[in-house]
Amino acid sequence: MKCRQCQKSAVIKMERHNTSLCGGCFNLYVHDQVDRAITENKMFDHGEQILVAISGGKDSLALWDVLIKLNYRTVGLHLNLGIGDYSERSQKKVEAFAASRGVELIVHAYQEAYGLGVIEIAEETARPACSACGTMKRYHFNRIAMERGFPVVATGHNLDDEASRLLGNVLQWQEEYLEKQSPVLSDEGGTWARKVKPLFRLAEREIAAYSILNRIDYIVDECPMSKGAKMLLYKDVLNRLEEASPGTKHKFYLGFLKRQRSMPTAPTVSKPADLHPCPSCGQPTQGAVCSFCRLMQRVAP
Amino acid sequence: MIPPMKIKLYHPTREITLKGPKQVAVLLRELNLPKEAHLVICGDELVTEDLVIPDDQVVEIRPVISGGGA
Repeated sequence: MKCRQCQKSAVIKMERHNTSLCGGCFNLYVHDQVDRAITENKMFDHGEQILVAISGGKDSLALWDVLIKLNYRTVGLHLNLGIGDYSERSQKKVEAFAASRGVELIVHAYQEAYGLGVIEIAEETARPACSACGTMKRYHFNRIAMERGFPVVATGHNLDDEASRLLGNVLQWQEEYLEKQSPVLSDEGGTWARKVKPLFRLAEREIAAYSILNRIDYIVDECPMSKGAKMLLYKDVLNRLEEASPGTKHKFYLGFLKRQRSMPTAPTVSKPADLHPCPSCGQPTQGAVCSFCRLMQRVAP
Repeated sequence: MIPPMKIKLYHPTREITLKGPKQVAVLLRELNLPKEAHLVICGDELVTEDLVIPDDQVVEIRPVISGGGA
């Protein structure tokens, strides 16, 4: 199979674009898709310092790699979730990546901060592990960004992540989540750090291919807590649809965004008028205390 | 005698051997692995589905879904 652009040997066939590309042309394609996502959605500019959330998986490490190559000012943030050997191996891969590129990395370990990992916190609060983990990640991304003066947090969510999340939200008719599902969430005048997803135009398979081609050493295992997660089922369903009808995921999610943008108000994390500082930690919240502090209050002392 | 190809698989991590030659697309189909969710690495190189892999090759079939949420 030959590269559609230059006729060298192809390394990937992308059915949704009806094309095949060699390694060099594929890297250009990935960089172009990320650049397009950033500029068209006004995610950030070269003057801003970006906090990049890095798990050690392919998406976040590929995102960091692309942003460095596109000459953005980045600092990595790794949350060590305290999931035994999986978290230790993840942190080592993140540290090795940062060292090899000479870029700054912030590591925040739950075990050190709270004496518990995410599994114990989920068990003690009787919350599903992915739900407790999500609450904790969102809280720490925002808090660390605000405390250290980063205007924007970038995460490695890809097209498959967003399409499967959209499918889940539609199946459950979670309208308030649908309103918030966007590649950019506003900072609401400095209330929050802006949240951006520069990989939303790229399929999971494309990002995995980019990581392999660029010799990015990432953690291949799935998170051990994700077994049986609904998102994996939704991804499987969408991948079967994609094989039968290439471009399904792209049309589903980008079609949603197009319709969302035609709505009268842009998506936000929360209406600013409803927000006040959490009396426990000072982070913005709509409740009596923020969802993170509520979670931690339920952890036995 | 030429040894068969060695194939590394995940979930769970294991190694199997298969007699070649075999086209990548056929290999994935026979192992019931959706091509949208897997990439094939032959030796050290990412390969496309039309490639025919001969015996005596080390092949990795890597799932594209991995890691945790960023």
